[in-house]
Amino acid sequence: MINKQVSSVAEAVADIPDGATVMVGGFGEAGSPIELIHALIDQGASKLTVINNNTGSGEVGLAALIKAGRVSKMICSYPRSANSKVFPELYRSGAIELELVPQGTLAERIRAGGAGIPAFYTATSVGTPLELGKERRAFNGRDYVLEYGLVADFALLKGLTADRHGNVIYNKTARNFAPVMATAAKTTIVQVVSVVSAGELDPERVITPGIFVDRVTRVAEPAHESVLVAAGVSYP
Amino acid sequence: MINTEVGLTREEMAKRVALDIADGSYVNLGIGIPELITKYVPEGRELIYHTENGLLGMGPSPEPGMGDPELINAGKRQVTAIPGAAYFHHADSFTMIRGGHIDLCVLGALQVSEKGDLANWSTGAPDAIPAVGGAMDLVAGVKSIYVITQHCTKQGDPKLVEKCTYPLTGPAVVDRIYTNLAIIDITPQGFQLVELSPGVSFDYVQERTGATLIPIATHFKDGWHE
Repeated sequence: MINKQVSSVAEAVADIPDGATVMVGGFGEAGSPIELIHALIDQGASKLTVINNNTGSGEVGLAALIKAGRVSKMICSYPRSANSKVFPELYRSGAIELELVPQGTLAERIRAGGAGIPAFYTATSVGTPLELGKERRAFNGRDYVLEYGLVADFALLKGLTADRHGNVIYNKTARNFAPVMATAAKTTIVQVVSVVSAGELDPERVITPGIFVDRVTRVAEPAHESVLVAAGVSYP
Repeated sequence: MINTEVGLTREEMAKRVALDIADGSYVNLGIGIPELITKYVPEGRELIYHTENGLLGMGPSPEPGMGDPELINAGKRQVTAIPGAAYFHHADSFTMIRGGHIDLCVLGALQVSEKGDLANWSTGAPDAIPAVGGAMDLVAGVKSIYVITQHCTKQGDPKLVEKCTYPLTGPAVVDRIYTNLAIIDITPQGFQLVELSPGVSFDYVQERTGATLIPIATHFKDGWHE
């Protein structure tokens, strides 16, 4: 019988090794799998390459992972925000590497990676500093740059509801990168508010089909990053 | 220093842009002055707002205490979803942008060149943390790009220039610029004045523009807008 549910966030992330590439879902706080990230901090893996749109805020979630010195490289589109202090300090001191990717190119690189497409051309970044070092080619009279698909060893995602097959639905704009990241990681781990029996999710409404998901774990009351940041919480 | 007594206020600029957005348009609005446009859409027009983090049909901010931290816009502020809204993932969202499905994007600017080059993501300062977000995708993919900006910087330097000195967001991407002083189209000949703000003269705008401004052509004088 297929049962992808594991009993805790700690069990879910137990085998992430040093040096792993980890996709982390979320756009700002929406969809950020804070409990899975905190479990990864407790677990101790380091020298990670993390793929996320941002770099977290305050000193919780992704920002806490970075602050703990576990991340050697970030691949993201927007590494600063009003409450993001951890990444800028480490970046300026040279302690963390940054690969800056336009947001749509980031999403498409992940989608391509998950779909077995090694590379593609896009007009985004043509004629800008972010084109540097990339192959340019014209199609139908317009210039495009070559971008490569992105894959990862693990994806840490946040959903609303899942079943034991790993079918997942999301909450509003918390969906963002999760469905494409689920396709692009060797091992996809999703924390959800509730796990239901097979058949309870309407197949017409499933957003991420279970084939893309390896582990589901229940976090009944996930923390909101903005609430933790406002309360001055620093993890651990 | 910039004279804020002359020309339109931020709210008036937003209102002026809103007049020019066609009924039924799918629109992506940048952060800052562009966000004000939603307040001034003329009666009888329906616009659908796209926010690149996965929502088509973005509504206004929620009532206090009624928001959901997982329903936000690209500026990471809480919003609402209108009846008829749709959620989708990031690859679909940027398919809308990069595939040319969004009609109009209104963005802020650091500089715009007379060729329509836009610089709005980085000043290139050595200690700055580079951050681009979706700006390069928007200018590369959306059908029309409008810029809404003060005509000059706070220091009084022109933002409309012959050639951008800041790093580009995209080359030859801007269609039209709305400033506190004027509306200016990007044409093959350069900056084409379309409309002067009330009480502002051609010479006043030219003096504050870093490239040649082409005067309003005869065919624009009659019935350009009411």
